[in-house]
Amino acid sequence: MNSVLLFTIISLSLLGLIAALILYFIAQKFKVYEDPRIDKVEDILPSANCGGCGFPGCRNFAEVLVKADTFDDLFCPVGGNEVMAQAAALLGKEAIEVDPKVAVVRCSGSFEHRPRTNFYDGASNCTIVHNLYTGDTDCPFGCVSLGECVDACDFEAMYMDEKTGLPVIIDEKCVACGACVEACPRDIIELRKRNKKDRKIFVSCINEDKGGIAKQYCAVTCTGCTKCFKVCEYDAIIMNNNLAFIDSEKCKLCRKCVTECPTNAIHEINFPPRRIKIETEAKPGEGEQISTKKVSNN
Amino acid sequence: MLKSFPRGGVHPAENKFSAGNQITKLPLPKTVTIPLSQHIGTPAEPTVQRGDMVKTGQLIGKYKGFVSSNIHSSVSGKVLKVDKALDSSGYKRTSVVIEVNEDIWITKIDRSSDLRKEITVSGDEIINKILDAGIVGMGGAAFPSHVKMSVPKGKKCDILILNGVECEPYLTSDHRLMLEKGEEILVGFRLVMKALNVKKGMVGIENNKPDAISHLSQIAQQYPELEVFPLKVKYPQGGEKQLIKALTGREVPSGGLPIDVGVVVHNIGTAYAVYDAVQKNKPLIERVVTVTGNDVKKPSNFLVRIGTPLNQLVEAAGGIPAQTGKIVNGGPMMGKAMNSLEVPVTKGTSGILLIPEKESKRKPFRPCIRCAKCISVCPMGLEPFLLMTLTEKEIFDRVEKDKALDCIECGSCSYICPANRPLLDYIRLGKFRVGQIIRNRK
Amino acid sequence: MYEKINKLITVSPSPHVHSAGSTQKLMTGVLIALIPAFVIGIIMFGWGTLIVTGVAVISCLVFEYVIQKYLLKKEPSVTDGSAVVTGVLLAFSLPVNIPFWLVILGSLVAIGVGKMTFGGLGNNPFNPALVGRVFLFISFPVQLTTWPAPKGFGTSLTDAITGATPLGIIKEGLRNSDSMDTIMQNIRSSKEMLYGHMGGSLGEVAAIALAIGFIYLIMKKIITWHIPITILGTIALFTGIMWLIEPTQNASPVFHLLTGGAILGAIFMATDYVTSPMTPKGMIIFGVGIGLITVVIRRFGAYPEGIQFGILIMNAFVPLINSYFKPKRFGEEVKNG
Repeated sequence: MNSVLLFTIISLSLLGLIAALILYFIAQKFKVYEDPRIDKVEDILPSANCGGCGFPGCRNFAEVLVKADTFDDLFCPVGGNEVMAQAAALLGKEAIEVDPKVAVVRCSGSFEHRPRTNFYDGASNCTIVHNLYTGDTDCPFGCVSLGECVDACDFEAMYMDEKTGLPVIIDEKCVACGACVEACPRDIIELRKRNKKDRKIFVSCINEDKGGIAKQYCAVTCTGCTKCFKVCEYDAIIMNNNLAFIDSEKCKLCRKCVTECPTNAIHEINFPPRRIKIETEAKPGEGEQISTKKVSNN
Repeated sequence: MLKSFPRGGVHPAENKFSAGNQITKLPLPKTVTIPLSQHIGTPAEPTVQRGDMVKTGQLIGKYKGFVSSNIHSSVSGKVLKVDKALDSSGYKRTSVVIEVNEDIWITKIDRSSDLRKEITVSGDEIINKILDAGIVGMGGAAFPSHVKMSVPKGKKCDILILNGVECEPYLTSDHRLMLEKGEEILVGFRLVMKALNVKKGMVGIENNKPDAISHLSQIAQQYPELEVFPLKVKYPQGGEKQLIKALTGREVPSGGLPIDVGVVVHNIGTAYAVYDAVQKNKPLIERVVTVTGNDVKKPSNFLVRIGTPLNQLVEAAGGIPAQTGKIVNGGPMMGKAMNSLEVPVTKGTSGILLIPEKESKRKPFRPCIRCAKCISVCPMGLEPFLLMTLTEKEIFDRVEKDKALDCIECGSCSYICPANRPLLDYIRLGKFRVGQIIRNRK
Repeated sequence: MYEKINKLITVSPSPHVHSAGSTQKLMTGVLIALIPAFVIGIIMFGWGTLIVTGVAVISCLVFEYVIQKYLLKKEPSVTDGSAVVTGVLLAFSLPVNIPFWLVILGSLVAIGVGKMTFGGLGNNPFNPALVGRVFLFISFPVQLTTWPAPKGFGTSLTDAITGATPLGIIKEGLRNSDSMDTIMQNIRSSKEMLYGHMGGSLGEVAAIALAIGFIYLIMKKIITWHIPITILGTIALFTGIMWLIEPTQNASPVFHLLTGGAILGAIFMATDYVTSPMTPKGMIIFGVGIGLITVVIRRFGAYPEGIQFGILIMNAFVPLINSYFKPKRFGEEVKNG
């Protein structure tokens, strides 16, 4: 009995030894040299693997950073300037300061403002609807409310508001990786400059139809009336295809345009309440309600 | 043994209610909306402006680029506007809206109903006339016909096929046209044969239309180069690649065109339009549209001018039934559901199907049980369940490798799936994404 | 005009019609095909058949509902009928005198381990009924191999120890190095076996009843012929070869086809949609594999019957078979003629 036991132990140990030797030599032979800095840079990166930098993953981005001559056009939106500065210091290069950004949803066509005119019955996917027709409202530009953007978000920074049928972005969690921007088949979501206290003024509409037509199917559409354009002192508003667009780089957050808008398509978010005098001048409209609602959601 | 394509196929209920009803002319509408993009390819350039007076048959949109098509006014009257209007694509696209006053035709059109059999023009002239007349494939896809007729260098067309299959349930417009305009259709077909310099013509008709088969066979006796073949009743027998396989045994290679195997296929409606264009100088300004559905009072086949709003057709067929739940432009298998009846008839509109409310909603879908029925019915030999799963998981390199782009979107898989899974919805999405990826690669 | 459309019209991608088929209908079809075997089971083994089947079906349904509702927190899908089929197939592969708590345990393993751990219907790699059956067979070999002799309604459910299966008799006989002729004297004629007059599990004995079910399934296009025919063909072929070479040591192919769970397994278990390949070519490979493994286990293995192992082993190969045997794509080979 003993001899059997001994034989087993010896033979198994020998087998193990041989296997270990084979593994060792193979590992030696096929060793690939890797720049040790890649590992270090990868440690600095937030390892969210979100693809926001334009590369498949953090390791891939680290490789690119190590190889790159300059950091132009290279930016990690999740880590922001801080991480980029660290990586630059490690690699002896210079990081470019980039203004932090945040995603905004440019559609306010809630169930209330934009009546449903038909019933979509098919696979629940925004792109499928977009490729088929205008969607269950008559607006060919607006949100189709199936939440592909929410599914695309890796940071749980978005959710669908069941009452409005529109996606909501949680500013604190949004890292501006751009996944939702890419997911949206109608390009409704935009990355805008992040202002202090997350204050935002933007045209919450991308409808390019003529005003009269657009108003038929949505109460809060931008009609392209150019009132905001005329009132803006900083040339921040661009009129194009019956649509106003506020350039977040130029906007000084003066809020003059917000009260001008006849359809409340311009939203102001996270601002302190206006002084009473202005408020009486402003039309008591739903735009205010929406903005306060959004604040409470945030 | 009837000829048929070898793999796959389904047998949806035929429901050809309007098969026995003669084609009737619809009175002129008050206004027509003629989209400038009724075909696959670049939209036509408008040649008229607001306020212009136009005559029936006058050019209002000039083709732009090779894959494009001319657009003609289908009525005479005043151009109200050239603006975006909803069309069957589900979106608003540039259209010419014309207020109809009288029906004054441009003079070069021969409006007599005499049959002109003798072919006096040369092949090139025929192609030019087809291009001028703005003829597109009238089976539904609306591919410009002159493109099909210009054979690329190094390729040769030796068989021309006339597609009289009409395998879509409910639709009967081609069937009626074959019965009522058989002579004209075969002359039109022979014109295409001459233009392409083809010596052999095959006509494929599904066996559920015995009257059309015997009628066309009888007419075809005077033309030794033509032969009529009855085909097995199986959907999608009228799919271009399936029809070629059934009639000639040739298999269009994956990603290829019928011309790669020396075949060109034309539809019944197209052949008739070619006859009109070449023998009568009449551009494509009207077509036959079936209006049908389970509850429709008078399922009919109408000869209507392009641009007529669909609700006028539905009104003429006895009005919209109370319990209508879905409006389909085309047949039930491949037609497009619409959210409005204010959409105009275009060159590719073969029918309007009104589906009752209780049949219009899909049943909730269940998990895939891998019964392989989708594989067994796929006429292209694809694996729909797999393509759907891969698309859902966004593994697009495998979607491409598993030949999603070969899908002809016939809908057999979604039709047969016992778990009601939206297979084709996702395969279309997969095709779209793969297309994007391929474009980005270039 | 639109006022006439009282509700919103529906818009969806094509196709706008659907065949009448549904998962439920397919499962009902399988259950109908199992009725003849069930009737023979009752005739041969009495009311015990009804009790075992009833307990298996009810416990499968209950376990499926409870697991989906409370453990997986999903919408329960017991109405699709797949749990009923699993219950019936499990019962059919058990002896009629089995204690009913074993049936419940088998159902729990079949549904809980065989199906739900993988995510429910459509995701299980192994046939759930067979997982339950093999679990019981390995864990409780005594109860699972004590077959009552078929005595109709008089079959005793408690003290029957008689009637080993014909395959068991052969295995035992060969172990005692008896010749095939002597062994065969203990076994009934093929004709009697055709009607199910032998010891065995309650649903697997009557070849003729199962064959009727097979014809029904083929006619209703619920299954294709590929899997059952290749399994039975392979078994017949290889046992036939061995029988021709050495008739004293091997039973005839007819005997092999009629006994054990070969026919039940080939027609109803191997053809389970979820766990079988999807293309005809793949199905043939699958069937041949099952047939081979069955014959090898029956002839050379320790167990008298091997088809349940054959099916489970080949189930594991299904994903591989599916990825190697794709359907022939249209336009793949360019043939002009």
